[in-house]
Amino acid sequence: MLDAKIPPGSLEKKWTDYKGHVKLVNPANKRKLEIIVVGTGLAGASAAATLGELGYKVKAFCFQDSPRRAHSIAAQGGINAAKNYQNDGDSVYRLFYDTIKGGDYRSREANVHRLAEVSTNIIDQCVAQGVPFAREYGGLLSNRSFGGTQVQRTFYAAGQTGQQLLIGAYQSQERQIALGTVKQYSRHEMLEIVMVDGKARGIIARNLVTGELERHFAHAVLLCSGGYGNVFYLSTNAMGSNTTAIWKAHRKGALFGNPCFTQIHPTCIPVSGDHQSKLTLMSESLRNDGRIWVPKAKSDNRKPSEIPEEERDYYLERRYPAFGNLVPRDVASRAAKERCDAGYGVGTSKQAVYLDYTAAIHRYGLIEASKRSIPDADTEKITALGREVVKEKYGNLFDMYEKITGENPYEIPMRIYPAVHYTMGGLWVDYELMTSIPGLYALGECNFSDHGANRLGASALMQGLADGYFVIPYTIGNYLSDEISVKPISTDHPAFVEAEKEVSDRINKLMSIQGSQTVESLHKRLGKIMWDKCGMERNAQGLREAIQEIRELRAIFWSDIRVPGKINEFNPELDKANRVADFMELGELMCIDALQREESCGGHFREEHQTEEGEALRHDEDFMYVSNWAFKPGVNWELEKEVLEYDVVKPSQRVYK
Amino acid sequence: MEHYNMNLTLKVWRQSNQNTEGRFETFEVKEISSEMSFLEMFDVLNERLIGEGIDPIAFDHDCREGICGMCSMHINGRPHGPWHATTTCQLHMRAFKDGDTIVVEPWRAKGFPVIKDLVTDRTAFDRIIQAGGFISINTGNAVDGNTLPVEKDKADASFAAAACISCGACVAACKNASASLYVSAKIAHLALLPQGQPERKNRVLSMVAQMDKEQFGSCTFTGACEAVCPKEISITNISRMHKDYLTAGLSADK
Repeated sequence: MLDAKIPPGSLEKKWTDYKGHVKLVNPANKRKLEIIVVGTGLAGASAAATLGELGYKVKAFCFQDSPRRAHSIAAQGGINAAKNYQNDGDSVYRLFYDTIKGGDYRSREANVHRLAEVSTNIIDQCVAQGVPFAREYGGLLSNRSFGGTQVQRTFYAAGQTGQQLLIGAYQSQERQIALGTVKQYSRHEMLEIVMVDGKARGIIARNLVTGELERHFAHAVLLCSGGYGNVFYLSTNAMGSNTTAIWKAHRKGALFGNPCFTQIHPTCIPVSGDHQSKLTLMSESLRNDGRIWVPKAKSDNRKPSEIPEEERDYYLERRYPAFGNLVPRDVASRAAKERCDAGYGVGTSKQAVYLDYTAAIHRYGLIEASKRSIPDADTEKITALGREVVKEKYGNLFDMYEKITGENPYEIPMRIYPAVHYTMGGLWVDYELMTSIPGLYALGECNFSDHGANRLGASALMQGLADGYFVIPYTIGNYLSDEISVKPISTDHPAFVEAEKEVSDRINKLMSIQGSQTVESLHKRLGKIMWDKCGMERNAQGLREAIQEIRELRAIFWSDIRVPGKINEFNPELDKANRVADFMELGELMCIDALQREESCGGHFREEHQTEEGEALRHDEDFMYVSNWAFKPGVNWELEKEVLEYDVVKPSQRVYK
Repeated sequence: MEHYNMNLTLKVWRQSNQNTEGRFETFEVKEISSEMSFLEMFDVLNERLIGEGIDPIAFDHDCREGICGMCSMHINGRPHGPWHATTTCQLHMRAFKDGDTIVVEPWRAKGFPVIKDLVTDRTAFDRIIQAGGFISINTGNAVDGNTLPVEKDKADASFAAAACISCGACVAACKNASASLYVSAKIAHLALLPQGQPERKNRVLSMVAQMDKEQFGSCTFTGACEAVCPKEISITNISRMHKDYLTAGLSADK
């Protein structure tokens, strides 16, 4: 029976009471305890820095050449916090409620409430580190709106909030490296968890420069390795983002929660051809000011500027008047797909909708003209003034769009289409962020815990930093306080020898096949199966086909791939083969999970389960649980449920109308 | 936007590892779409090379949206290629025309030894941060964010410096392989904020000392770094660093 270890007491007191009673480790003992952190994004870097500050001996691993390059860096829009600086009615409860509702009532109340509570500490911590958040003329912090909420609680640093927050955490981590509490292993990839007597006691890592395998002991291991959206091949994730660390843990016994919950982000630059290697997000913040539309007539091939106002369908404003263009991501994505599938798509592929700034440019232009006392400004002047304002707010995003598409978004509406962006599923963790393996933790995107079936914008950065700065430093003590007498285990221990052998056998196998197909080409095929049959809409027949197709593809992978080069050298193709091998198993599990969940919720939309208006139809009486999958030999899985109990919020159909 | 296909000749630096000598190798690539990114053109070439049993060309890349700073190709004599304020991954093949010859090299600097082909070791940048590129505050010590107002223009200037993605193009463009633009941007980010004041003097002294130790060259203010910086980091940061360095050197408590 799974125990989520949710503390007793009323929701708003759980975390405070927990902190007041959790077991502590004294400073002298902390110095003897070793912790491994895998991944150095917001969750990993903040955890490594904070645990180092507390005095633990930390080893941090990342596959990039510097911890500062982890993919958190690419987050654009912002980070939520219940500061209520705007005096617009925000509170911890509202952030908690919005997140639970946004997740379509498939996340744990206690975890989400804690997230909302610590959100305010995160902003303070980041400001103190020197994160250059956007500010108002009075010198105070600025906020913007984001999807799925009606208050302004999003803090931001132009269009690169992720980079600025990550630099803050990275600099704190580098400070600990200089002080000797954290040791950094860049260009290293974790390829196995080492278990001794049922507890996680270390990892096997591969040095990606020399190809050598290394054994590392620790009293506890923290996985902070991010999401697995690259199972779709095309996603907004970085090329190297992968599932390998959590997949190895899963194969060693860690339960995988809600694997099919994938977030498809509504505003991405559409695919331009078969050569496409990744997709680029245009921040959700663009939906603050941009209006989304398609022509009212099917297959309308006129230029957007030639389509008059009354012949445009602002379908989000039409369908969801209360939230308009700021509906949550899952809703916006499906609405775009619905219009394109019905024949109203734009661009050469017809798989795109317009994101139009004309109205915003005009509105800002009028305000500017008034501010600068130009009462007789003509349209041209107003447009020029408006463009200046838009450039200041979104300039870097507009530039990026132009570089990729060759079109000027100040003049022509942007073409956008949904793309895979985030995975809400991940390793199951309890309230303390521990997986079902004692001593093994999962933080940030790689755990399942806070976003249910759909994540709200500006909440990923919040969760990563909450887990790393403010949750794990408390909860890990509860485990490590019982480990103070455990001496470091020699890496000659049979468990290390055996784990290393598993890794080297696998690498040898990959290298020895020398077949005819590249890893990349098979990854693309897997991605296409996933996108077509386990993407924005899923149905039972498609999922059954996908499971079969993935099994066949996996067999091809293990019999016909060609990995060039040698084992003991810098070999990015081998790194990729190691990762794609794991995607080949994960993809099947995602389809199994999507097939088992006979309801629609959040990003998981089963065609068989929808309301008359085409909205997601949940079945709370049958599916109010987290689906946790246990790995069984021969690549099979068994389901273990964690029933979700809502003591405070009353689940209802999400309405954004 | 008009799409077209092109055939190109690539002259690419190949080097097995740090200890071997490198050389240029020539590759012909055909039917490259103007819609592709520069790295996607390399993907196409590498897929072909693997099929032909030739070792694919190693290059660093990750986010492919111009922010992680991993990509680092020296293209036709210019870090990140011909487009202004653009990383290699955001450079698109529209920048070239049918029949072009493109020369691709790794960053060349003593501080950035070659690992393989176009991949270099930039860990020197991390060590410069370790020397002092942070504000010494432990988690949990912070006061409410709005108790510390920051003038908007100062905050904006700090952000502009903090936009640096640590790619190293500035070093690669410099005839002396100086890291001054990078280091000065890192210093300016913190020096422009009130939070950065307590450690301002020691920070500049330690970071500059580490920069020298990492074998980066001296700055002679030619401005080549600013011209190629994908994030348009201003060379005025270097002036500020020099000023801070002099002030700190004359007055820091040792």
